[in-house]
Formats: sequence, C-alpha cells, structure tokens
Amino acid sequence: MYEKDGEKYFVVDSHMHYWDASPANWVAGHEQYAKGWIECFHAYQGLGPPETHWTIEPFQKYSEEDLMKDVFEDGYVDVAIFQPTYLKEWYTEGFNTTERNGALSEKHPGKFIVNTRFDPRDSDLGLKALEDNVARWGSKGVKLYTAEWNNGSRGWTLKDPGAYRFLERAQELGIKNVHVHKGPTIWPLDKDAFDVSDVDHAATDFPELNFIVEHVGLPRIEDFCFMATQEPNVYAGLSVVIGGLMHARPKFFAKVMGELLFWVGEDKMTFGSDYGIWEPKWQIEGFVDWDYPSDEFSDYPRVNTATKKKILGLNAAKLYGIEVPKEAQLPADAGAPAAQDDAMLVEDGARV
Amino acid sequence: MTTFAAQVSDVLAALEAVRDPELDEPVTELGFVSSCTVSADGVADVRLRLPTYFCAPNFAFLMVADAYDAVSSVEGVRRTEVVLEDHFASDAINSGIAARSGFVESFEGLAAAELDELRRDFLRKAVLAGTERVCRPLLAAGRTTDDLAELTLGEVAPSTDLERLRARRAELRLPSGDDSPLLVDAATGEAVGVQALPLHLRRARLTSVNMEANGSMCRGMLRERYGTRGLGEVEEDQ
Repeated sequence: MYEKDGEKYFVVDSHMHYWDASPANWVAGHEQYAKGWIECFHAYQGLGPPETHWTIEPFQKYSEEDLMKDVFEDGYVDVAIFQPTYLKEWYTEGFNTTERNGALSEKHPGKFIVNTRFDPRDSDLGLKALEDNVARWGSKGVKLYTAEWNNGSRGWTLKDPGAYRFLERAQELGIKNVHVHKGPTIWPLDKDAFDVSDVDHAATDFPELNFIVEHVGLPRIEDFCFMATQEPNVYAGLSVVIGGLMHARPKFFAKVMGELLFWVGEDKMTFGSDYGIWEPKWQIEGFVDWDYPSDEFSDYPRVNTATKKKILGLNAAKLYGIEVPKEAQLPADAGAPAAQDDAMLVEDGARV
Repeated sequence: MTTFAAQVSDVLAALEAVRDPELDEPVTELGFVSSCTVSADGVADVRLRLPTYFCAPNFAFLMVADAYDAVSSVEGVRRTEVVLEDHFASDAINSGIAARSGFVESFEGLAAAELDELRRDFLRKAVLAGTERVCRPLLAAGRTTDDLAELTLGEVAPSTDLERLRARRAELRLPSGDDSPLLVDAATGEAVGVQALPLHLRRARLTSVNMEANGSMCRGMLRERYGTRGLGEVEEDQ
C-alpha cells in the first residue's frame, strides 16, 4: 500500500519478472542472442532515474531477497503478477518460467499471482503443459509473447488456427486474462510485426476473456488505441510507458497518457513495473505526483486521485478478483470513462 | 570516369534523404550513422547502428538498402559498402545488401513478399502525422475544423512541416498540388468531409504522438547503448 497526502493506494504490479539471464544459463551457440536480449533490457533500465540503475551482473540474475525488497518492502506493491517469458532457444532453463516464478510464490503466500503461458506451435505437448501449469499454479492469466523463436519459426499470431485451440482450452481451464506482448521478429517478416489486428480478432471471438495489451502496443500505440475503442474486453498494460517515458521523456509521457486516457479510458489501464527492468518504487511515487506539465495538454482528460488509484491497482484487482482493503476502495461512481465516445459526436465546426 | 573521389560530406548529405520508415526521420539526425569514410579511390564505407540488438529486421533492411542506393548515386563514389552493426540479423542483411538481393532472398524461408507495401503503410502514417503537425498551429491560431475542411495546400502558409507533408503525399501519389485539399484520406486521396474531420484530426494527433514518442524512446535507447553521437545527429526538441 502506498500512502500520500492521506490517500491510500492499493498497488497491483500486473507485469513483473523473476529471470535468470546469467551466462551459465545461455544456450551454447546462441550466446549472442541471450546476451543481446539482456543487454537490450539493461539499456531500457537506463531510461529510469540514475540512482535506480544496476550494473549488468545483478541485472542478469537478481536474488529472491533483492526482488522481495525492491517490490514489496521498498516498492509499496501489495500483489505482484508474474508474467513468464520462456525464450528457451536462448536460455537453457528458460528466461523466466512459470516454474521459477511459482517456486518463489509458494515461499511467500499471498504476495504473487502466477500467470503461465502457451505457444500454439508446441501443439499437443503445449496444451498438456498449459493444463499442468494451470492445475499446479492456479493460473488465472497467460502471457503470450508472439515473437518467441521456436524450432525454426520466428513468431506467431493470434490469427493462427492453432492459437484459437489454445485460447478455447485456456478458457475452459478458467483462464480469464490474456496478456499479449508484441515483439519484433514475427513471421512473416514482410508484414509489420507489431500489428495488433490479431488481438482485435481474438478479442471479438472470445468476449469472455480480457486481453491486456502490454506496453500499450508500443511501438503501435495508435493501432492499439483504435482497436481498444472497438473491443470492450481490451485493456492497456502500462509497463514500459511509465518506466520508459515518465522520467526520461516527460513531455511524451504526458502526451501518451493523454491519448490513452482519451481513447482507452482510466477504467481499462493497468500499472506494471516490468521489474527487474525498473523498480516499482520511483514509478509509483512519480505517478501519484504526476500531472500534465502545462496548459498545452488542456485537451486531454484530467487525472485525479481516483484515476491513479484505478490504474495503480483497482483495475487489475478487478480483473484478477483480488480483494481490496476497504480503506483503499473507491466509491462506485468515482472517475470517468474514456472520452472518445464523445469525440465521435463533436458538432460540425467545433474546435478539436 | 570520375577523376576525384567524393567527399565524406557528399555521402552524408545523401544519407540525409534516407529515413527510418517508422519514425519518418533521417537516419543521420537519429544518430544511426556511426561512421562514414571515402577512400582515395572512391570506396565509400558507411556503418549504421540501431537503438537495440532486436530492432525490427524488416525496417532495418529498408534503411540499409536505401542507404546503399543513396550512397551509390553520389558522384565520385566508385563502390559502396553499407554495414549494419550489432544487430541480430546483421549477417543476413549485410550479405543480402552486398549481393543486391531482395528481402525475400536475404531471409530465405522467413518472408513471403518484398517490403513495398510495408513501406506504403508507414508512409500513410507519416502523412497522417504530418497533417496533424500542419493543422495544430492553424487550430491554435483560431481556425475551426470547418475552415480546415475548405483549405487547400496552397492556402496554408509555407513551412517545413507543410513541405514535408507535400513530399510524403507526392511519394504516395496522393494529390499534393496547390489546389489539393489540405485534408485527404491517406489511403484514397479523397477529401475528408466536415463530418469526419474531428475524428480524423484526433486520429492524426494520436498517430503523430505515437511516432514522436517512439522516436524519442529510440534516441534514448541509442544513447544508453552507445553513449556517442552519430554523424549528423540532431538533438531532439524536448
């Protein structure tokens, strides 16, 4: 729980990791990819405040103690949601698997939610693994990374028929939330790898599932926003937006937040620190203090305490059925939905 | 036969015309050119770098191919070498460009078509974002959306943003003359009607915010990765 000026913020970190990218875990012959991946993550950390930067060694593999301190003790997080990323073509034991996360979760009951994942290219074996993981860890969500390399293939999309088989089975198993992360190496390479239209199709065809598009579809925020306005079950995962822009690029952070509040709305935006890329502490403190920096942004929806409470925890708590202490709840009518519906009705000749 | 070899400045000037297709900015200004030399006998050697090891390979390929074409056309350049450094697909891209292969051949089995349509998709986004940049000051100065619907390109005061918008529209073969409407659909070239205009401008603003935010993030990542300035790099307007 974070407290500021008498207000209590219940914090759900809906996108974080416990990875092992140390050289001992690099796949022989694929070391350059394993090294390139973690160095890329490390450069992202450089976009946060200098006093929060780590050297590369602890960044490659941080300890359980580091995580518990950074996320819960110093970082105000009430519940953290593990989002696994396997990358087994590059990391022998996987980069950040359900098992690795689950083992940590079992040692700290009530602190974590253990999401799992699937890859439709794994076919029947993959379905079996999904079933086992849901049974073993009680997963209510899956993280899908479409750019994962798998046995010669360089990516997949939710439009693939195999993907629907997995989504159907996931739903039967009780999965509610599908976190989608678009990466750059998708098949086929002549198409835009970051295109989110496959999420659009899946969201229409699986209205009972929620689709949280991580990193708000970056670098395709505009395509994501157009899609989110049409699909009631599509959410904006803010990981990278706060971590990568709020400190390093405050002007663009304000614009991106303004656009998201306008098109997607404060009821459908969820905070994620992306730990260990960025520690949650400075992100939460900074976001609670944040407002648009000048009048230049007066066209965008306003932000208030209710907006921030929803984004930092209440929205994700609703998606995952997490109980929120009474003192951190909001009255039912607090805040405002997205403004984009009004925009469609702007009178002829009105100022935009 | 040319007697004198080209100057490095000539080659850099040619690279100014090479843009990152997603960001719609010159590779020089973005800091992507890490080195550029021309030997006494006219061999131009250009090294390109990107913000991350995993930047999208299709866009990387387009930039390297465009750089090769731009440098090759400089007078006094007898032979061109363009090398993409520190990228997971460097080998495939560099050998493909050196052999003058297309994209499909360079990524055997991983791509079904060349990149022309992809390039057009991003030019359309550049037109939308550019439209917003031209309209923003007009609206700030008190023009209404009704006014904008009536305006032609020739009636807007000259600016670099306007020139850039016209150039992108011309590239897409959209109407770009003085008597063409300021606001056109980037796919069809049809004028945008008054009714559709507010939403069109909202979408244009979103597209422009996305492009600028990505450009800003790419610059930040490039600086974290290398800590050195590229040739012709221009600081962003913060």
